[in-house]
Amino acid sequence: MENPVKEYTVTIYTENQIGLLSQITNVFTRHGLSIWSLSAGATSMEGVHNITIVTAGTEKKVKESVQQIEKRVDVIKAFFYTADKIVYRELCLYKVSTAALMEYGNIEDLLNRYHARIVEMNKVFTIIQKTGYSNETASLHDELKDVGVLQFVRSGRIAVSRAEQEPVFKFLRKREKEKNQQTN
Amino acid sequence: MKNLITGAEALWRALQEEGVKTVFGYPGGQIMPVYDKLVDYQDSIHHILVRHEQGAIHAAQGFARISGEPGVVIVTSGPGATNVITGVADAMTDSTPVVVITGQVSTAALGTDAFQEADVIGLTAPISKWNYQIRTADEVAWAVARAFYIARTGRPGPVVLDFSKDAQVGLTDFHFEKCNFIRSYIPNPKISDVAIKNAVALLDAAEKPFVVFGQGVVLGHAEKELEAFLTKGDIPAGSTLLGLSALPSSFPLYRGMIGMHGNVAPNIMTNQCDVLIAVGMRFDDRVTGTVETYARQAKVIHIDIDPAEIGKIIPVEVGIRGDAKTVLSLLTEKMQARKHPEWNASFGHCDAVEKEKVIDPEVYPTEGLLRMGEVVDRVVRATGEKAVVVTDVGQNQMMGARYSRFNQSRSFISSGGLGTMGFGLPAAIGAKIARPERTVCLFVGDGGIQMTMQEFGTIMQEGVGVKIILLNNNWLGNVRQWQELFFRERYSQTRMLNPDYALIARAYGIRCISVPDRASLEPALKEMFADDAPVLLDVHVQEEGMVMPMVPPGKGIHEIMITDSEWYK
Repeated sequence: MENPVKEYTVTIYTENQIGLLSQITNVFTRHGLSIWSLSAGATSMEGVHNITIVTAGTEKKVKESVQQIEKRVDVIKAFFYTADKIVYRELCLYKVSTAALMEYGNIEDLLNRYHARIVEMNKVFTIIQKTGYSNETASLHDELKDVGVLQFVRSGRIAVSRAEQEPVFKFLRKREKEKNQQTN
Repeated sequence: MKNLITGAEALWRALQEEGVKTVFGYPGGQIMPVYDKLVDYQDSIHHILVRHEQGAIHAAQGFARISGEPGVVIVTSGPGATNVITGVADAMTDSTPVVVITGQVSTAALGTDAFQEADVIGLTAPISKWNYQIRTADEVAWAVARAFYIARTGRPGPVVLDFSKDAQVGLTDFHFEKCNFIRSYIPNPKISDVAIKNAVALLDAAEKPFVVFGQGVVLGHAEKELEAFLTKGDIPAGSTLLGLSALPSSFPLYRGMIGMHGNVAPNIMTNQCDVLIAVGMRFDDRVTGTVETYARQAKVIHIDIDPAEIGKIIPVEVGIRGDAKTVLSLLTEKMQARKHPEWNASFGHCDAVEKEKVIDPEVYPTEGLLRMGEVVDRVVRATGEKAVVVTDVGQNQMMGARYSRFNQSRSFISSGGLGTMGFGLPAAIGAKIARPERTVCLFVGDGGIQMTMQEFGTIMQEGVGVKIILLNNNWLGNVRQWQELFFRERYSQTRMLNPDYALIARAYGIRCISVPDRASLEPALKEMFADDAPVLLDVHVQEEGMVMPMVPPGKGIHEIMITDSEWYK
């Protein structure tokens, strides 16, 4: 009867307030949801921050958590999506030995296949950058095994919804109007 | 023109702007500039010096619950702040508006494990509605205005302001502006017309409607609207623990308390109604019993100001986000007037069984030691049912809730969601300070009173005329009851050796009247209520007393123990 466990991407818009990130992650902890990835940063609107969290749980659990998050006073809006409702990316950096890479040979073909590129190269190491879904970035990691990956980092997911416009901006415009009405 | 004052003074000025006349607190190192400035504001602000910070916050909770205005607490950093945490969590669960100001070390010392430094923001974030660290004097007015707005609007709750020492001594050009808008926070949303329409359709088609209401009715000032709604729809209603006194006990459609130790009729009827209307309540597990068997036959309409509560526990047919006052008036206006004589009469059997098997033996026994229910009944009767009833947690709480009667709203104060033993005594102090003209009766057990008994000192210093009725059975009675019923009578750590309460009371100049038996109860009550002075009534009650009826843990709300060996049929 219980809903199946699925992957969800939670997108949260907040005011720029100290301690808010820990308030949000607390809600995940309290509901027994683990955070698979997290990224945070400023949006195009001054003072509005965006936090994107990937988690897995039943729809009910994730919905409850998102409601509790949105209830926090300084959270502007919170949404949750299944993968088909968003376009998302993760960024990966691979550090490999330059000498080993040279020996490998067909490097250009490999980079082309993965739409990856070299962002820095010196005598000792080369850094390759790739954006994409986690299965793609993992697959490149596998192929680079023969070369030997010295270091590998993956960013948290960032995502945009497939809706025409971010609903949060509409919401903020509405609130701005309500504020003016209240003060007039 | 500049009007430079210190952050500490700005705090008092801002509190004045918010209409604060009473604060509960305890001084300490990192809040001393604030306490120093208090000397200049003593004429307009009454500071109650408690004996432990936990006492301050529970007193502020009692103050807020009876007055509807935020209770204010001022304590120092570190241990002062951690000592209020139980009360902050309690206020969060029970939606009580409280503004807590904690001292904090200077911003330069933050994070250095400085003396009496604790991460108050981190500690209180999950248990407060909002918190904020004031790091400069310029932020004081803004933070206080925002704190009060958040604490008292929407679903009320506790707010914590962590006030660093340098912000207290720094200078600011003080200007106060009330807060009435935060763009990320919508305390009182527009009510959905569609939801109202759908709810009215359900109500108009209902043959066996039933209302369960909670503290949302009190917090939303919706008592009259609830009466009008029930009357027009001829709908019977049951109250949660925290909803008590929202309706007068004598209101004809009022059917008593719901939940684990509630009345039989409203619990049974919950599982027989066809439409269940929940108003300002959150389906706590002490209300629902097993969720899987709760009101499964009914279509549920849930009205709450907090959208996160709707559908959280019980799936709803119609959820209406809004304040109880507006929603109930809209529903009353739009729904048809109905009569449900048969449905209303069908509660009679349950009531008759409960009266015979539970109430009469508890309230009118003729032999043996005094019973808890009997004492509550006589106390409440002696006050003309006009008292504010405060309880601690445990059997005293359930007996106080079951056998008190009310004819005025905001007359029942108890720690519901968190169930904090030790809450009662300081909460009663806060209530009496908020409404000195009212009689405040505290029902407390011998366990709970010892958790915050130091507040006798506050009673002594402030001359707070609370009437403390100690239901003394020499046990941690509620746990003892569970051990007897569910743990094969293995009484682990529930027997209590009690101190001589008369001696303790005497040490604090509080009159103590001992009530060893039935005959001495009436004269003792007469003496207790003869004046407005604080009294400790040490009532020796039956040791093995049990609160019945009881929906045992893990059972449905219709599976009710009526005595320790008999189930309701």
